[in-house]
Amino acid sequence: MNIWLSLSKDKLAVMSLLIIVATLAAGIFAPQFAPHDPTEVNMQLKYAASSWTYLLGNDHLGRCILSRLIYGIRPSVLWVLVALAISVCIGAVIGFIAGYFRGKIDAFMMRICDVMLSFPGYVMTLAVVGILGAGLEHILIAFVVMKWAWFARVIRTAVMQYSDMDYVKFAKASGSSHLTVIVRHIVPVTFADIAVISSGSICSMILQISGLSFLGLGIQAPNAEWGMMLNEARGVMFSRPELMLAPGLAIIIVVSAFNFLSDALQAAINPQLKTAQRKLQASEVRVSSYESIRG
Amino acid sequence: MLSVSHVEKSYKTGGLFSNERQEVLRKVSFECSHGECLGIIGESGSGKSTLGRLLLGIEKPDRGSVLFEGENVSDHAVRLGNISAVFQDYTSSINPFFTVEAAIMEPLLQQKKTRVDAKSKVDRLLNHVGLDSSYRKKYPHELSGGEVQRVCMARAISTEPKCIVLDESISSLDVSVQIQVLELLKTLKSIYKMSYIFITHDIQAAAYICDRVIIFRSGQIEEIVPIAKLKDVQSDYARKLLKHIITF
Repeated sequence: MNIWLSLSKDKLAVMSLLIIVATLAAGIFAPQFAPHDPTEVNMQLKYAASSWTYLLGNDHLGRCILSRLIYGIRPSVLWVLVALAISVCIGAVIGFIAGYFRGKIDAFMMRICDVMLSFPGYVMTLAVVGILGAGLEHILIAFVVMKWAWFARVIRTAVMQYSDMDYVKFAKASGSSHLTVIVRHIVPVTFADIAVISSGSICSMILQISGLSFLGLGIQAPNAEWGMMLNEARGVMFSRPELMLAPGLAIIIVVSAFNFLSDALQAAINPQLKTAQRKLQASEVRVSSYESIRG
Repeated sequence: MLSVSHVEKSYKTGGLFSNERQEVLRKVSFECSHGECLGIIGESGSGKSTLGRLLLGIEKPDRGSVLFEGENVSDHAVRLGNISAVFQDYTSSINPFFTVEAAIMEPLLQQKKTRVDAKSKVDRLLNHVGLDSSYRKKYPHELSGGEVQRVCMARAISTEPKCIVLDESISSLDVSVQIQVLELLKTLKSIYKMSYIFITHDIQAAAYICDRVIIFRSGQIEEIVPIAKLKDVQSDYARKLLKHIITF
């Protein structure tokens, strides 16, 4: 409850949370929120400007952009979150076991991770799609397969950093079981790191899904997806730049909301940061360095 | 009570497929009886902290055994409530997410005692270590080094253990605070009748509090002497060590 109290004092965090909740709700109840059918083609309204019936205007096939945006939440945000949650969970379990117990278990698991990481991400995805066939769910499976190893490695490093602390030693010495030590002492302190790396990779996952949709491997054509909407607007980038605005802004706003919320959450649960919020900048630097290492 | 017999420990050096091992402890045997304060003195790198970890059951010896009242300390049920510890580094000895109260209650809650009992005990423990109850809601980063070490001691004695391992517990404090903490340790010992295993590189501190000291050198016991006979040590190394003390 304490966390909510300190979160509610942070205006940016409250706003981010509202945006995320609103986006998720709009995605889940897309048929209720969308004013039109997102796949309904109406060539008379090709490139029409915004009007009262079509609030954000129409695209090159005269489809309602607002409705497409709302339906696009499902693959772009909801399914990305599901894939992310699954890969973070797998990564966390393996990372915690490897980082906490060390020794042979650690060496064995990290070699498996190395093998997974040595495959180039896109090639792996293409291979999975090649085996299972095109489609969003197969791309999500491919994402989980290629991302968990990276999460496992990063989480392991975070766990290792804390598992040598004297308070962990004390908890072990005074007779706590391994599970208690992990849950009470290591999960809370590493949570900040996990939140930052996951919110950082939401952005790259949304863009990767759109990249694969562009190759025709992800979302199939008439269905809406933010990245694909960007690709469709790319053709008329110079004559009608406003078409890129809606999906582009949507991606930026949602990704920023996740980033701000994870930072605020970090500050809210860490008592050292409650007084000073300096770590905000430090964590952003860390995310960008993680991203650049990954390439 | 705590008996260590023929303990050996070595660590792997080099990579995954290397078989080289570095011996840290060689055939260490000693015993610590009820209410005794046993000092372990040695240079840094002599393996005394490794020995401390083995005594606490955090790591297992390669050979030999560490028994607490006849049972193996590597079983965490044996340690629960009986053995406790205070470590050197006051910056990491309390979880930064815990308040002083939560930190002190941690070992109590593991014993499945009721929360109400534990809460009233926190005040008493804080009193014992010379802090007042206004510290309950503070976080470790708001305390000074000496205060953190006091909280750690309160946490260590909370379950009224029979044995506390103090691994360089006073080494990171400044001299005036060291004396206060040593005094506190003496007082606590007279109240709770525990035994201490006092690991240090500071002979003077050891001489002040211990009944017996083990002089430890490169993983082996050089000599065990009662503190009253510290001046008549036999081995060359121990004599050299004593000569090097800076006397004020």
